[in-house]
Amino acid sequence: MAENTSHKSDKFQIKNLFNRPTQPYANPYLGGVLLGLVLFASYFITGNGLGASAGMSRFAAFIEDLIAPEHVDQVPYLIKMAGGQLNPLDSWLVIVTGGVIIGGFVSGVIHGRTKFETNKGPNISNQTRWLFAFLGGILFTYGARLARGCTSGQALSGGATLSAGSWVVMFSIFGGAYALAYFARRLWN
Amino acid sequence: MIPFPLHLESLLGKPLMYLVFLLIGFLFGYVLEISGFNHSPSLAAQFYFKSLRVFKVFFTAIVVGMLLLFASSAIGLLDYNLIWVNPTYLWPGIVGGLIMGAGFIIGGFCPGTSLVALATLKIDGIFFVLGGLVGVFLFGETVDFFKYFFNGSYFGRVTLMDVFNLPTGIIVILVTLMALLMFVGGEQLEKIYGGKDPKKAPKARYYGAVVLVLVAVVIAIIGQPTTDDRWARLAPLRESDLTNREVYIDPGELLDTFHDHKLNLIMLDVRNEADYNLFHLLDAENILPLDIPGSIDEFIAQPANTVFVVMSNDEKHATEVWKMLTSQAVPNVYILSGGINNWLDTFATPYEQGFCGDVKPAEEEELHYEFDAALGSNCPAAYPDHDKYDLEYEKKIELDLKRAPVGGGCG
Repeated sequence: MAENTSHKSDKFQIKNLFNRPTQPYANPYLGGVLLGLVLFASYFITGNGLGASAGMSRFAAFIEDLIAPEHVDQVPYLIKMAGGQLNPLDSWLVIVTGGVIIGGFVSGVIHGRTKFETNKGPNISNQTRWLFAFLGGILFTYGARLARGCTSGQALSGGATLSAGSWVVMFSIFGGAYALAYFARRLWN
Repeated sequence: MIPFPLHLESLLGKPLMYLVFLLIGFLFGYVLEISGFNHSPSLAAQFYFKSLRVFKVFFTAIVVGMLLLFASSAIGLLDYNLIWVNPTYLWPGIVGGLIMGAGFIIGGFCPGTSLVALATLKIDGIFFVLGGLVGVFLFGETVDFFKYFFNGSYFGRVTLMDVFNLPTGIIVILVTLMALLMFVGGEQLEKIYGGKDPKKAPKARYYGAVVLVLVAVVIAIIGQPTTDDRWARLAPLRESDLTNREVYIDPGELLDTFHDHKLNLIMLDVRNEADYNLFHLLDAENILPLDIPGSIDEFIAQPANTVFVVMSNDEKHATEVWKMLTSQAVPNVYILSGGINNWLDTFATPYEQGFCGDVKPAEEEELHYEFDAALGSNCPAAYPDHDKYDLEYEKKIELDLKRAPVGGGCG
């Protein structure tokens, strides 16, 4: 009898870890201050800002290198990252990206927000959302490599350091999104 | 000496350095999650004005980050020259940005937020990330077709201060005010389109806004460090390099460096154009002291094995330029000992002497050799025959690799 209870309570605790009550998100201005602090700390300590698309880019190069290494050695864009013996994952950019995933996961667990679900507008199906998320991902990352950075690397980090090019990228991102917002409205409203 | 940013790899070694980056990434992901950035409808809502929480987080972060950056730079704690400022590629940035905007409104994420969504098991996030990997693959396959476009419209490290020709402090104030105006406008839009009553938001945000503006004004008043300020901070450490002649290299050492392929040698001849045209070393660039500040960024961006040698007729002007470069955080700068006059004393052959007769006594920083024709570098002394000379000297050049990573950013 005693063993049964303790066995039950172990399971109860682990299940509880992933079933914490869902908490509301933080106040946006507070979140912004915290994000600004992390951004500053990154520049202050390392001299580099934050970023995400470069980590994804290197991971994609890693996968391509596993599947077709000879092809990677012929694509100029990939050679710099994964050509020959280069390990595309051996880069601080990949490490930061890994940290982002871990940090997001931990926060999600603590605040009861880690769960399998699909967030979408009310008038489309899950499958539609998945399709457009996939297409959007292709489009966004293509644009991010062209612009040499995404909202984190260019808009957020470059914006804070007052890089002229980054502000141009920032306004272009918003411009592109606003321009298509009307056509994409069914996805979200 | 300006203490930050640090050169982590030489301070901590690679594994610990990676640990620092992991921690930074962790905090980044954590803050993104608590701010609700894993929720795609919230991200997309910005573009329908119903909820502008994402913009509020985003621009607050930019302003806070900016203020902290420039405040610490103003007080000499952080070296703005050594932090990564994204270089400007104008048209790839515009076109790439527009494409990203399309991807954003269709996909509901950007790479950073999609990773946080994936980390919290949002299936739409997972699909976005998968699409992202395909996007990188497609880019690699197609970029060669427009490689001139991709590498074109490059302007280097350009800041808003450069574009608008305004001091840093003014730009900081303007950006802060712009963001605050956007927050006010945003809250009105949320009220109209989203039915949110701004009066319900905590009053603390007004105090916060005042603090931000005050900090911006203080930054503008203190101002960013000038070259003289920087030298004043650096002098205790580096003045001895000058008095002990640690950074003056012998002509013999410079000649040997011509042939050292491990080093990227850049020679800066800071004399006026007339003297430069009379005689200069082969491959030495003519750059006037007043043009040095505009080239600092370019010099810092040179590869890590770059050695700069500054030269003038004697040493006075070269030393002034050495101070400028060194205080602006350009590494591995040396001065040609005795300048061009000493070089010619060492290496002038009958060819050169045919053009100038006897060496004349001269004022400081005047060329001793009165050439009656402009030889430029078309003479033996401009590139002395290495085999003919076996000079002894005290070796001074030593590569200093301790400086913050300047290559990088999300590119």
